[in-house]
Amino acid sequence: MGMGSDMYRQQILDHYKNPRNYGELDEKTYTHAGENPMCGDEIAIDVKLDDDEETIERVAFRGDGCAISQASASMLSQELAGKSVAEMREMDRDDVIDMLGVDISPMRVKCAVLAEKVVQDGAEIYEGEKELDKTTTEDDE
Amino acid sequence: MGLHQSDALDVERIREEFPILDREVGDGQPLVYLDNGATTQKPDRVIDAIADYYRTYNANVHRGIHQLSQEASIAYEEAHDAVAEFVGADGREEIVFTKNTTEAENLVAYAWGLNELGPGDEVVLTEMEHHASLVTWQQIGEKTGADVKFIPVTDDGRLDMDAAAELVTDDTEMLSVVHVSNTLGTVNPAADLVDLAHDHGAYAFLDGAQAVPTRPVDVNDLGADFYAFSGHKMAGPTGIGVLYGKQELLEEMEPYLYGGDMIRKVTFEETTWNDLPWKFEAGTPNIAQAVGLAEAIEYLEELGMESVQRHEERLAEYALDRMAEFDDIEIYGPTEPTDRGGLVAFNLDGVHAHDLASIMNDHGVAIRAGDHCTQPLHDKLGVAASARASFYVYNTTDEIDALLEAVDDARQLFA
Repeated sequence: MGMGSDMYRQQILDHYKNPRNYGELDEKTYTHAGENPMCGDEIAIDVKLDDDEETIERVAFRGDGCAISQASASMLSQELAGKSVAEMREMDRDDVIDMLGVDISPMRVKCAVLAEKVVQDGAEIYEGEKELDKTTTEDDE
Repeated sequence: MGLHQSDALDVERIREEFPILDREVGDGQPLVYLDNGATTQKPDRVIDAIADYYRTYNANVHRGIHQLSQEASIAYEEAHDAVAEFVGADGREEIVFTKNTTEAENLVAYAWGLNELGPGDEVVLTEMEHHASLVTWQQIGEKTGADVKFIPVTDDGRLDMDAAAELVTDDTEMLSVVHVSNTLGTVNPAADLVDLAHDHGAYAFLDGAQAVPTRPVDVNDLGADFYAFSGHKMAGPTGIGVLYGKQELLEEMEPYLYGGDMIRKVTFEETTWNDLPWKFEAGTPNIAQAVGLAEAIEYLEELGMESVQRHEERLAEYALDRMAEFDDIEIYGPTEPTDRGGLVAFNLDGVHAHDLASIMNDHGVAIRAGDHCTQPLHDKLGVAASARASFYVYNTTDEIDALLEAVDDARQLFA
């Protein structure tokens, strides 16, 4: 067919079909979940920090939803390993879109940033800076 | 009705009347617009009628002595007459203009429900209600203590009428039912449901947002106490909807919005209400939109609503047949074309509806993807979202083929 959406390059489809770090961590520092009610995307993320509590050792996720949200979570789980918590908390939507490496149409940005929001909210809750049951991209941006 | 009204639509000629259908999207893809359940496109004559109002007789209604105000008032009032005639109401007294179907639901829920309902009363809805009615009555139930119950949907996408007969009791005060489901496409047995409500002394409210644009509707034949629909889903403008109500009921009901135009006499101490329908149309109304809606109705009457219905059914049947060729397409709602409106909600295995809609968009195909304002129904279907193609008078079987080609592209990409 050949028309192939710019948003669905091989990398996105590969991460969607073969998600990396999918599942639960046996040992985790914190876990947090979120959803994008518009799409019905759901993501739960486990984070294991080093003993210094400043470096991310491992990230795993579970989820269900569109290719953009799930591929984003999969890629983010790889991207964050070895990064500092501070670096993770500084990420914004442009960083996520850069990571995905494709143009994200405006209506789909919420799908793309869900995992990033979940992992960041989880850190804030862990630090005691925020009280939140579940992250939602509902009233985002 | 004359014989010519059941003739097949001349789609080629119809398409020429809708300028937007000529445009391209993306990288020069011709637009294939299959999101008519959300809103339809507008023919030139509707756009012109609105522009003509603003260009030549724009004025506020019901208050000016000057000629422009008279002309605007007459056009605005006659738009009520056109709507009344189109849906078989007895007159303009029974036609209240709102901003959309949702506001019509809220009008009755607030003006009637909030005042009349209490603990022990029941409101019966269906599992296929649009949020416009579901959320509204759910909230009125919370405020008044009335129970809200739901007629179940069967596996083949129809209402379980045996369960309905059990659910509607003498405690039921209101039965609010979608006439044509915006998700399943089901055409519900509206007259039977109205009879069921009346047998128990309840009122019947029909949500006709997907029905009035696509088939002949006669509120008196149906026996409905209230009936609501939106202008923008029937080739008319956004910002105007209609509440039909039986005159004696509207007369008894309290106003919903207070202000100018809905009053007869005002003192510092008290106010008396204007006649119907103005009692329910507070403030400066949507005059241009009313003019546009009247033009859309004239247009649809010229096409003939029986022909429109046949066209919708033909496209739905074609889409259902084509989709049935593929095991990886799941169709929601009745798979038989009988009593089925011109829309098909579906999912492609392994591809989220939003991904599907994005890929369709690259082909120039506009569809809806999401929960279509029926989240509880999607929960029941066990899916977060679905894709929906919905048809109107200008759509063709070629466009359904284009839809299926885009589905195939998604299938290859995600394989």
